[in-house]
Amino acid sequence: MTDLPETTDRKMGLVIDLDTCVGCHACVISCKGWNTENYGAPLSDQEPYGADPSGTFLNRVHSYEVQPETGPAQLVHFPKSCLHCEDAPCVTVCPTGASYKRTEDGIVLVNESDCIGCGLCAWACPYGAREMDAAEGVMKKCTLCVDRIYNDNLPEEDRVPACVRTCPSGARHFGDLGDPDSAVSQLVAERGGMDLMPEQGTKPVNKYLPPRPRDRWTDQSVLAPFLEPVAEEPRGFLAWLDRALETL
Amino acid sequence: MHPAPSIIAFTTFSGLGFGLLFWLGIDPTPPSGWVGFVFFLIAYLMAVGGLLSSALHLGHPERALKAFTQWRSSWLSREAVCAVATLTIIGVYAACLVLGGWHVAPLGWLGALLSLGTVFTTSMIYTQLKTVPRWNMPLTPALFLALSLAGGALLAGRVTTALVLLLLAGAVQVAWWCLGDRRLSQSGTDIGTATGLGSRGAVRAFEPPHTGSNYLMREMVFVVGRRHALKLRAIALILMLVVPVALLLLPFGHLLALVAVLSHVAGVLVSRWLFFAEAEHVVGLYYGAR
Ligand code: SF4
Ligand code: SF4
Ligand code: SF4
Repeated sequence: MTDLPETTDRKMGLVIDLDTCVGCHACVISCKGWNTENYGAPLSDQEPYGADPSGTFLNRVHSYEVQPETGPAQLVHFPKSCLHCEDAPCVTVCPTGASYKRTEDGIVLVNESDCIGCGLCAWACPYGAREMDAAEGVMKKCTLCVDRIYNDNLPEEDRVPACVRTCPSGARHFGDLGDPDSAVSQLVAERGGMDLMPEQGTKPVNKYLPPRPRDRWTDQSVLAPFLEPVAEEPRGFLAWLDRALETL
Repeated sequence: MHPAPSIIAFTTFSGLGFGLLFWLGIDPTPPSGWVGFVFFLIAYLMAVGGLLSSALHLGHPERALKAFTQWRSSWLSREAVCAVATLTIIGVYAACLVLGGWHVAPLGWLGALLSLGTVFTTSMIYTQLKTVPRWNMPLTPALFLALSLAGGALLAGRVTTALVLLLLAGAVQVAWWCLGDRRLSQSGTDIGTATGLGSRGAVRAFEPPHTGSNYLMREMVFVVGRRHALKLRAIALILMLVVPVALLLLPFGHLLALVAVLSHVAGVLVSRWLFFAEAEHVVGLYYGAR
């Protein structure tokens, strides 16, 4: 049923730290690697080695430049995947009931054997979190690695989404955002975690931690003293040459 | 949004087909026998043809029956249910007229109501999308209904009604364009709210996620030049409104009527192309488009 649940027991989701993300795309690759061979249809590529390669990805990393009124511009790497919205418009538009939000943990999933590939849910998502697989004709989206996080066959430390497990900079956090005492909720409270496009009314579960202010023109670099020019006034033959050339 | 030929054909022809079915349904003296057969055949070809072309757009057309299940929450599902109900009811009404010469008026009225319901539900599929501010306004259903009723009247050969409705539809169309042009900025969504970084300064898309294109960009990021769009709007208006009205004002002739219909259909097709091509999806903001 594509009605949304009134409430969910937990709100599992990601917290992404825009301050630490270095834009390495490792999460993109590990996501594709895990999800192309597990839950549902594989994530196909079209012409991967051709002139115009493209493919299905559940997580993509953008980069933005922010130019403040004064001071230098800041570059922000920006990973984006499904935000598992509480008021998910992608779910209610689905004509077949293939799209649904789970009551137990709030994860938004697609039942691929019911999906007719109409594409309407991708139109309804403001974040571009759903992509129709060109080979399978069904809608693909982030599952929050539902087949890892409850998987007893995996060692405990691997029971997190593949992107979180992979991130080399610790920019991705996973947990229950419905529980105010969870580590992720505390992190969000501490760092002023924000929603993307709040005016769209989707109430995303995933939160983004804003980058900390950095790099002012007036700041002295800690390395500055070590980077003083080493050249001194010339002496001896070079001094004579210098003077001679000066008088020329 | 990507102007996919299958969806443009679907919305245009099913709109006209259901418009014609509406007028046939409420007609106090509907055509019967062979003439009736031809009228209903044209309406069904358009309505069903439109629906079939939309089914071509699906990744899994063989599962299309599942789309009838979610009518409680989904406008697309409601549209599917309405369309089939209309075609069934009017099918019975038409069979009575064509085969037996009986005019079962209440059945016709019900069919007419359902025809309008189908056009309305089609328009709501687009209107409901907050992600496409240009579509997300009450004038969108008005536009679909006005065009469907005007085109239907034209096809049904109701000259006076068609004249009035064509002018009305033209007015709604112009108003829809004018209001639509302001919708994206009114929605308050921009690259600043999309990234949450807007309060820190001017945000610019620096690098896309991949060097190649992807489904999202192909489907939702389509940009038409403004000058181009203005020209096409003028063409759409001339074809769907000015030419048919001028022809209807001339003394009636079957050839003229045919030209009026063809011109109107061509005009609606252009307008529908623009409906999609000009619509800005907010996901484009992540890619630095508008
Ligand atoms: S991010 Fe998009 S796909 Fe994910 S729940 Fe929200 S609206 Fe749906
Ligand atoms: S593409 Fe599939 S999941 Fe999305 S709305 Fe259509 S049927 Fe539902
Ligand atoms: S793996 Fe981590 S650091 Fe690398 S792009 Fe993804 S979130 Fe950013």
